[in-house]
Amino acid sequence: MTTVRASACPACAAAPAAEELARKELSKARVLLSVPEVHCAACISTIERDLAKMPGINSSRLNLTLKRLSVDAEANIRPEDVIARLDALGYEAHELDAGALSMTETERQGRELLMRLGVAGFAMMNIMLLSVAVWSGAEGPTRDLFHLISAVIAIPTVAFAGQPFFRNAWKALRAGRMDMDAPISFAILLTLGLSIFETLQSGAHAYFDSVVMLIFFLLAGRYLDFRARAVARSAAQELAALEVPRAIRLADGVEETVGVAELVAGDLVLVRPGGRMPVDGLVVAGQSELDRALLTGETLPVFAGEGTIVSAGEVNLTGPLTVRVTAAGKDSSLHRMADLVANAESARTKYTTLAERAARAYAPSIPILSLGAFFVWMYLTGGDIRVAINVAVTTLIITCPCALGLAVPAVVTAASGKLFRKGLLIKDGTALERLADVDTVVFDKTGTLTMGAPEATNLDTVPDDARRVALALAEASSHPLAASLAKGLRDLGVRPAPVSDLTEVPGYGVEGIWHDTRVRLGRPAWVGATAVELTAAYLSLGQTTHAFTFTDQLRPGAEEVVRALHEQGKQVWLISGDVPGAVQALAQRLHIDQWQAEALPQEKAAKVAALQDGGAKVLMVGDGLNDTVALSAAHVSISPASALDAARAASDMVMLGRDIGPIADALRMSVQAKRRIRENFWQSGIYNAIFVPIALVGLATPLIAAAIMSVSSISVTLNALRLK
Amino acid sequence: MEVLTILIPVSLILGLLGLGAFIWTLRKGMYDDPDGDSQRILTDEFDDKPKPIDPDNGSA
Repeated sequence: MTTVRASACPACAAAPAAEELARKELSKARVLLSVPEVHCAACISTIERDLAKMPGINSSRLNLTLKRLSVDAEANIRPEDVIARLDALGYEAHELDAGALSMTETERQGRELLMRLGVAGFAMMNIMLLSVAVWSGAEGPTRDLFHLISAVIAIPTVAFAGQPFFRNAWKALRAGRMDMDAPISFAILLTLGLSIFETLQSGAHAYFDSVVMLIFFLLAGRYLDFRARAVARSAAQELAALEVPRAIRLADGVEETVGVAELVAGDLVLVRPGGRMPVDGLVVAGQSELDRALLTGETLPVFAGEGTIVSAGEVNLTGPLTVRVTAAGKDSSLHRMADLVANAESARTKYTTLAERAARAYAPSIPILSLGAFFVWMYLTGGDIRVAINVAVTTLIITCPCALGLAVPAVVTAASGKLFRKGLLIKDGTALERLADVDTVVFDKTGTLTMGAPEATNLDTVPDDARRVALALAEASSHPLAASLAKGLRDLGVRPAPVSDLTEVPGYGVEGIWHDTRVRLGRPAWVGATAVELTAAYLSLGQTTHAFTFTDQLRPGAEEVVRALHEQGKQVWLISGDVPGAVQALAQRLHIDQWQAEALPQEKAAKVAALQDGGAKVLMVGDGLNDTVALSAAHVSISPASALDAARAASDMVMLGRDIGPIADALRMSVQAKRRIRENFWQSGIYNAIFVPIALVGLATPLIAAAIMSVSSISVTLNALRLK
Repeated sequence: MEVLTILIPVSLILGLLGLGAFIWTLRKGMYDDPDGDSQRILTDEFDDKPKPIDPDNGSA
């Protein structure tokens, strides 16, 4: 969260023109937020009632299914304001891209599918009503009348509800491919045609119910599949890209806002506190501190002054810096990283899903079987086309895979729904299956196993006077250590001392006057204190000095997840760009035996590749820019929602909450899900093995076809729901 | 068997009514947030009429 907000403000500051433009175009703002932790009625009313009190907000609505909040507000309300308000209520929120075009497109598709499903469902019920009468013995004109009425219902239903299959089949056939939709469309049209013919000839058997039922069950599978994807897509991929690719260029002392692409080596760029370095460069003026955590995994900010080399992606913390561009655009380190990611992605072999494999093996057998039946019966009956076609069509409709169409979506929907409730979003449809293969888990340290935010550890041992002065000083700075110190002290109920003349000295710390003495909070040398081994901020009160020590806070669930992974028999690695001391300490605390420190991005990726070359299937969990290459190289990858856009984009799953615990659940559930999918394939295979011979010898009736179809579809769905 | 002349149209009309009702609920966005709706009945806000849904894209 901190990173998101840190980059949010400079973006607005850097792009006042864009903001003004947006304000002119929209008199009202629409804010879309993902709120991963809502779960109950109280959450809904707390949030909606509180936002109703917030000035400038017209209305808000929380969608609990999608865990998404939409807010109608006046134009001066920015997403950050709403996020801060929710934060105060205790809910974590992330901005979603309100560029609603794609979202309404998704929603329109969903409604269209649901509409077709509904039409097929009601038509199925009515036809079934008539079919039951025929099966229980309606004869002669009554039967013909019932068949006719069924035809009148079935023809428009097929024309409307069957469109998705016809469209896909046509597309596939034109491209010369064979997919599942081609035999499905073939079966639907042929069966419908035969049934109409039989009805007109007063035949005994018509398959209108089977045709509509086939469409209904297949659409149900499609809809489940679509919904699982839509939820993931809307929340994960549209997590807004907050970084505006703009920079402030200094040309003859005049500031101008330009696109990063326009910068060339030698330009002077101003980076304000809180802003992200747009380019690689050399500091020529100013003093500050840089947060390199997302690039290198270092927890501690580093000092930056004249002559410091900076790389794109680092965050400037305390003072303005003027940077001479050494590399921009394609040559910058950020861009080189993007190239590495692209390389790693293209090296990853395309994963063939179970469903694709099943369809490839199964799809051709459907027309072959029914064609075979047709010719054999032509031969047996001495050329009776009507009997031969009847047998061929029954075979076709019985082999047509209702259950196969539901086998995967039912399981994936059940699993992703359960995981979503635990705070894990599946971005990629095949991620669940890939996750089931994993035997090695590689964690990043900063921001993944830890929160990437320091936490003061020795507040109790410092005298009260010092604590009160420290609070007053800390609140004057936005440095992460100061912010964390201020929060820790506030939480203890400490009140700030009256300190006057507060000034921040960029790169060193904060100073002020307290009871006529100069007090300072900052780096040891500047304060006049002796440095301790640990991460610390130092306070001087005239003569005496105090050290506030910090540790990087462990992410909730980190200990449990490592223990659970060990219990599941997985190899666990910790690979970080941080110094060996910090990495070793964390590894020991979490009982991780295999760790590697000071790893460069390429080394992380190389390690992942080496593990995979050794036959391991690697799950990479990371959040930083330095992880993106490894994330895309790994068999499957997960990143927290607080990660950089680039890292989230490169990973297959996004962890919405703060808790890292769901990862162990996800691994367990993916194994179970894969087993259920296999079971489902076996089930529908067994149904076919029993009933295809019956159809081939010409004993199948419309009743049998309808029964198999519904029983196999329901048993497959029930099996999917067994997922725990 | 004459009863069929009444029963068949009745069943068809009932089916059409059901379909019509389904399409109406779909258009009104009643399937957009099933989890939320099941929780909202527990609060006494909007007891007399449901909270209006954004007209442009459901509850999004």
